[in-house]
Amino acid sequence: MNFDSGVLDNNEKITYALRSLYSRHGYSQYKMSKFEEYDLYSGNKDFLVSDSVITFNDTNGRLMALKPDVTLSIIKNNRGFKGGVLKLCYDENVYRVSKGTGCFREIMQIGLECIGEVDDFCIGEVLWLAAESLKTVSPDFVLDISDLDLIGAFIDNISSDAEIRKALMKCIGEKNLHGISAICAQNSIGESAAEPLKKLIMTYGTAREVLTQVKELAAGIGAESAADSLARAVSIFDNYEFADRIHIDFSVVSDMKYYNGVVFKGFINGVPGSVLSGGRYDKLMARLHDNSKAIGFAVYLDMLEDINKEEKEYDADIMLVYSPGSDPARLREAADKLTAEGKSVFVAAEGNQSVRCREIYKYADGEVRSLE
Amino acid sequence: MNDMLNIALPKGRLGEKVYAMFEKAGFECPSIRETNRKLIFENEKTGVRYFWVKPSDVAIYVERGAADIGVAGKDIIMEYEPDVYELLDLNIGKCSMAVAAPKGFKDDPSRTLKVATKFSKIARDHYASTGRDIDIIHLNGSIEIAPILGLSDVIFDIVETGTTLRENDLEVYETVFPISARLIANKASFKFKNSLCEKILGELKAQTEVNDD
Repeated sequence: MNFDSGVLDNNEKITYALRSLYSRHGYSQYKMSKFEEYDLYSGNKDFLVSDSVITFNDTNGRLMALKPDVTLSIIKNNRGFKGGVLKLCYDENVYRVSKGTGCFREIMQIGLECIGEVDDFCIGEVLWLAAESLKTVSPDFVLDISDLDLIGAFIDNISSDAEIRKALMKCIGEKNLHGISAICAQNSIGESAAEPLKKLIMTYGTAREVLTQVKELAAGIGAESAADSLARAVSIFDNYEFADRIHIDFSVVSDMKYYNGVVFKGFINGVPGSVLSGGRYDKLMARLHDNSKAIGFAVYLDMLEDINKEEKEYDADIMLVYSPGSDPARLREAADKLTAEGKSVFVAAEGNQSVRCREIYKYADGEVRSLE
Repeated sequence: MNDMLNIALPKGRLGEKVYAMFEKAGFECPSIRETNRKLIFENEKTGVRYFWVKPSDVAIYVERGAADIGVAGKDIIMEYEPDVYELLDLNIGKCSMAVAAPKGFKDDPSRTLKVATKFSKIARDHYASTGRDIDIIHLNGSIEIAPILGLSDVIFDIVETGTTLRENDLEVYETVFPISARLIANKASFKFKNSLCEKILGELKAQTEVNDD
């Protein structure tokens, strides 16, 4: 099958490029149903980006949901997988509430999941594929990597109270140092207890620049193993061409009920929010009674609509204008001759001006001639 | 347009104070002081462009990346919950979020409390944390007249000096949290325009620390 790749829009090009990238690294394409039983989501609502789900009753009375998330479906449908690692990729539509409109939107999501005996290489490979995914979209990218086990150790240093920890996590995600001070003051916690965490939040930059400092801070609270684990994960980028675009930044946080260890977000210059999000979710697997480890990420194609947007100057290369009564078969032949030259042709009766074309040709008496 | 650092300032007195801080930090834009109806001002030399926007819209401009950084009140940040960095408490524009009621008001927990407010989300969260059953009446202004006209039992609003409350026979029933102006940044801009963001953050931080002393 031959086709002109010029007909693909930007998101389609990104989808095919990423599918090809993941396939080259052994990730199998996974196709799933648009619907799942609602129970799958109701028990893990906090894992979803938004907790609203479109539901309906199936013909047998079961309460079903339009997929708000892909990861849960993949885990459910591969439950019981044993031995080695399962490497799956997908491009699927999910249905979520948009923050701006408060209404449901269909969002195209492409990503991958690595489930099973996930080791340091698997973690590094997923991080590397996340960076390569961003590079595929634009070379002007940043991948921010954080570590929840390390953050957790710094929070342990402050409080074990669930409400305080939740408030601290919010501040970490906002780089909000004054907020951390306020939480300490409100809860009679000495400011000195929060100093290591504040220093950790302000330690961001390329792995090369900040990893030593992160290790020193971790050593100060006895969290060396978490820092070592992060260092091993990012070591995959040691000789990477775009190493200066791989940042350690602890403002990347996720729900600790589901995620653990490395979590990450990707940014593209010119897009106001993160376009890629991922992390390890061994805790989610455990909640679903599965002992496997897992890591994955998703690229949000809806965030990329404005990237590399080309204004279309013309709807077609040629407008072929015909007079009333022209022979349809011969007119079609004339149009085919032009399309065979690689041009797009809009065949229209005289007087049609709703389409913008680069050139206008006139078909009359079996002849085609240019009008411009 | 994208090479410059876009800064959203809240229109009004607070915005003028904030601009003075930016000016003192070395990011002046003299044209902003001219009397006219322009809303956008830029200084190519310092690489900054200022916008005057409605105070409640600053967070949206920054979250959506139309502005790289901006200054918004903590009330707006808590109500809208934008996905942004909150980098600094500027310690200006100080006031409180409070519950106010007619003088002598006593809450009857056996009844649903009718709460008039512009800040529906914050009010809902506040009462949810205490388990109090409430009915939110969302208003966009002149909140103080709601209890006077029997529309609500209390109001949930910003209190600065308390003059408006006093003049309408209301008083603060409960102070919920303190408010001040915060420097916020778009998360992507903070990465791709980091050196300028950091420079501004450092300069403004130095000014707030001097004010604290």
